[in-house]
Amino acid sequence: MTQRDFIDSIKIEEEDTLKGKYLIFNLGKELYGMEIRYITEIIGIQPITQVPEMPNYVKGVTNLRGKIIPVMDARLRFKKEEREHDGRTCIIVIDTNDLAIGLIADSVAEVLTLEDEDIAPPPEINKTGNRYIKGIGKNDDKVILLLDCQLLLSEDDLEQIKSAE
Amino acid sequence: MEKGFSNDPILAVFIYETEQNIEQLEKAIFTLEDEGISNQEIINEIFRIMHTIKGSSAMMLFDNIALLAHHTEDLFYYIRDEGPKDIDCSYLSDLVLEAGDFVKVELEKIKNEKKPDGNALNLIEKIENFLESIKNGDIKREKSRDFETYTEKEDVCYIGNLQNLEAFNNTSRLDTFEVIIFFEEGCEMENIRAFSIVHNLKDISENYCYYPSDIIENNESARVIREKGFKVILKTLRGEKEIYDLLLNTAFIKDFEISLVKEEQAESEKETPTEIPQDEVKDGVKHQLNEVLAENRNTHKSIISVDVEKLDRLMDLMGEMVIAEAMVTQNPDLGEINELENFQKAARQLRKITDEMQDMVMSIRMVPLSASFHKMQRLVRDTSRKLGKKVELRIVGEETEVDKNIIEHISDPLMHLVRNAVDHGIEAIEKRIDAGKKETGTIVLEAKNAGSDVVIMVKDDGGGIDKEKIFKKAYDLGLINKKRDEITDKEIYNLILLPGFSTNDEVTEYSGRGVGMDVVVRNLEAIGGSVYIDSKEGEGTVTTLKIPLTLAIIDGMNIRVGESIYTLPTISIKETFRPLEGQVFEDPDHNEMIMVRGECYSLLRLKEVFEIEEGEEDLEKGIVLMLEQDDSYFCLFADELLGQHQVVVKSLPLYMVNIKKVEGLAGCTLLGDGSISLILNIGGLMNMS
Repeated sequence: MTQRDFIDSIKIEEEDTLKGKYLIFNLGKELYGMEIRYITEIIGIQPITQVPEMPNYVKGVTNLRGKIIPVMDARLRFKKEEREHDGRTCIIVIDTNDLAIGLIADSVAEVLTLEDEDIAPPPEINKTGNRYIKGIGKNDDKVILLLDCQLLLSEDDLEQIKSAE
Repeated sequence: MEKGFSNDPILAVFIYETEQNIEQLEKAIFTLEDEGISNQEIINEIFRIMHTIKGSSAMMLFDNIALLAHHTEDLFYYIRDEGPKDIDCSYLSDLVLEAGDFVKVELEKIKNEKKPDGNALNLIEKIENFLESIKNGDIKREKSRDFETYTEKEDVCYIGNLQNLEAFNNTSRLDTFEVIIFFEEGCEMENIRAFSIVHNLKDISENYCYYPSDIIENNESARVIREKGFKVILKTLRGEKEIYDLLLNTAFIKDFEISLVKEEQAESEKETPTEIPQDEVKDGVKHQLNEVLAENRNTHKSIISVDVEKLDRLMDLMGEMVIAEAMVTQNPDLGEINELENFQKAARQLRKITDEMQDMVMSIRMVPLSASFHKMQRLVRDTSRKLGKKVELRIVGEETEVDKNIIEHISDPLMHLVRNAVDHGIEAIEKRIDAGKKETGTIVLEAKNAGSDVVIMVKDDGGGIDKEKIFKKAYDLGLINKKRDEITDKEIYNLILLPGFSTNDEVTEYSGRGVGMDVVVRNLEAIGGSVYIDSKEGEGTVTTLKIPLTLAIIDGMNIRVGESIYTLPTISIKETFRPLEGQVFEDPDHNEMIMVRGECYSLLRLKEVFEIEEGEEDLEKGIVLMLEQDDSYFCLFADELLGQHQVVVKSLPLYMVNIKKVEGLAGCTLLGDGSISLILNIGGLMNMS
C-alpha cells in the first residue's frame, strides 16, 4: 500500500467513523445530542462581548483564534432558566453552511454511536419547542434529544422568531 | 467568485479575457461614433477584438459566439481593407454593440454553468445585409488602388529602421540576426501574423526592428509580405536555435531564413565618432521603438491578474498582523518598565513597516473607476436615444482609485444616478431650446479624492429639481408634517432619497418607480458612504456620493462604558470634554441636550442606547465626545477614553446580521489583548438621537 492509498483509506474511515456519531451534552436534566460532523471543537467558557439589540439567547461574540463567532446560550434558546457558568460549562463550536456559532452547554457528556434503529421520530404534537428535535435517541436507559443543527441555525427559523416577537 | 467556472482555469481565463475584450470593444465603438469611419486605428482595433473573440470562443467550442464574431470580423475586414466612405456609422455602431451584448449574455450563461445556446442568426443576417449594402455602394471605387506609392514608402521605412539598428548596435555586444519569413500561400492576414511573430520575438530579443514596419497601420503590407517575405532584424543574447524553435512553432509559416548579420559591420559603425552620449542614443532608440510599438504600448506594463480571493486573504492576514503588532507593542507584560529604549525603537520600526505594508496591500486592491465610468457611456447613449434627447457624457477623474469591494457597490448607484440624470435631469430638445440652452445636454461624471473619502459627482445641466413639487408630493404622502417655510432646501432634496418617492408622474422604462434613489442610498450605506443632492432650478442638479477610501482598517478611538469597550472612527470625533453641571438639560420628552459654547446639541448616553447594565450615571465622572457626520453634530456620553489605535474592521457574524441589523454598529474588531470591541456607526447613532 502506498502512502497515498493509506491516507485515502484513513479519510474514508474518518467519514465512516463520523457517521451515526453524536456528541451528547447536558442541559439541565435533559441530554441533548448533535451530529458530530457539524462540530468543529469544544472550548471552555471564555470572555464574551455583548452585542446590543440581540435576542436574549444570543449572548454576544467571542474571539476564536482571530475568528469572531456569535455565541448562543442553549439554555435560553430552549426556554430554560439561565444559570451561572461553572468549570464544566463549555462552548460547542458548530459549523454548518459556513455559518459558525458557539453553543453554551452545561457540560459535555460523551460521544455515542447511535444506529438508525436506536432513533425514534419525535412525537407528532408539533409545538414550536421541538421543531429542532429531529429524533429521540435511546441508549441503555437514557433518552437523548437529537438536535437538527441546520434547522437550529437556519434563517427560516429566524423569520419565525421575528414574527413571534 | 462564481464557483462554477472557477473550477476550470481555462474557462475562467476565457471569460475574463472576453469580458475585457467586450469592454474595450464598447470603448472603441464610442470613439468610432465620435470620429467616424476614417479612424483606421479604431477599425483595426475592433477587427482585432472580434478576431480574438472568434478565435478563443471557437477554441472553447462556443460556436454561436464564434460565428457571430466571424461575421462581424468580416464586416470590419471589408471596411478596413476597402475603406468605404459613406457608411451609416451609427447603424454600424448599433450592430457591433448588439453583437457585444449577445456575447455578454452568452458569457453570463456560461458563468452560471448553463449552455450558451443563444441564437445570433438574426443579427448575423443584419450584419451580412449591411456588408452587402456597403459593398454595392462602394463598387465603383474598388480596385482603384495605387500600389506604386506604397513600394516607395517601404524603402524609406527600411532605411529608417536600419538606422535604428545601427544606433542600437552601439549600445551592446549582442548577436544580430536577420530573419526572413515567408507565409503559406492563401493564409491571409499576413500582416497580422507577422505582428504576432514580432510580438513573440520581442520576448527573446534585446532590440529589434522589422520591415515592412507599418504592418499594423497599413494593410497593403500584407501583400508585400506575401511577395517579398517579412524581414526582422533582432539583437539577442540567445542563439539562433531559439529563434529557430520559436518560428518552427508558429502556424502558417512556409519557410524562413535566419542569418547572422556580420559583426564587422557593427564594429565599423561603432568607430564612427559620435558626440551624442550613449545614454541619449539609447533613449532615442527606445523612443523610436516605442513609436513603432505604439499600438502595443498598453500591454507593456507587466501586469498579472490575481484571484480576488487571494487578495482578500492577504488583506485578512494584514489585519491580523496589525492586531499582532498591537499585541506585542502594547503587551501588558511590559507593564511599568520605563527603560525599554531599544524595545521602543524596534517597536517603532515595526510599526513603520506594518504601516507601509498595509498601504501597499491596500493599493493592490485599488482599482481605477474608469471601467465603471465608461460603462455609463453606453447607458447614456442608449437611454438618450430612446428618449429622443441629445446627451453628452463627460468623464472627469476616471483614474481615481477605490477599493475593489467598493467598485462592486457603486456600479448600481451610478447607473441609477446617470439614468435619472438623462431621464429627469436633461430636458427634451425643444424645452432646452426654449430655455436658451444648447440642444445637447451635458452630464458630467466626476471623481476625485477628498481627504479620506472619494467623492463622485453626477452633474447635469438640465432643468433642476422642482422644490415645490417635491414638497407638495411629500406633504401629500405624509412624509413630512412641517410647513413649507420651516424646511430648508437641502431637506427637501433629501426627501428624494426616501424609499418609494418619485416625482415623475409617469413610469417610464427607465425611471419613475421611486425605487432608484432608495437603492442608491442603501448601496452607499452598505459601504459607509453617503449621498447629497443639490440643485438649481433651470441650471441643473448635482448628486454627490461620498465614499470612504477603504473599508478595512480605520483609525479608531476606544471608549469604555461599564465593562464593554467600543471603538469609533477618530475622524468623526470633533472634541472631547468633561461636562459641567448645568450644561445639560432635558426637554419634556426626556431627551437630553447639552449646551456647548452657546450651541445646543443632543446628548446620547451609550449606556442607554445599548442598554448596558453597568456604566457611569454621573455626567461629571464620565466624558462627552462631540461627533460629526455629514456636517451634523451630536454628543455621546461614555465612561472613559481608552486611547487611539488602528483597528481592523470586521463585520459582525452573518448569523447576527441575519437576526437583526443593529443600526448603531458598523462592525467589530479585535483589540490587542484578544478581546472584541464593537465599532460604532456614527450615522446610525445619529438617527437614534
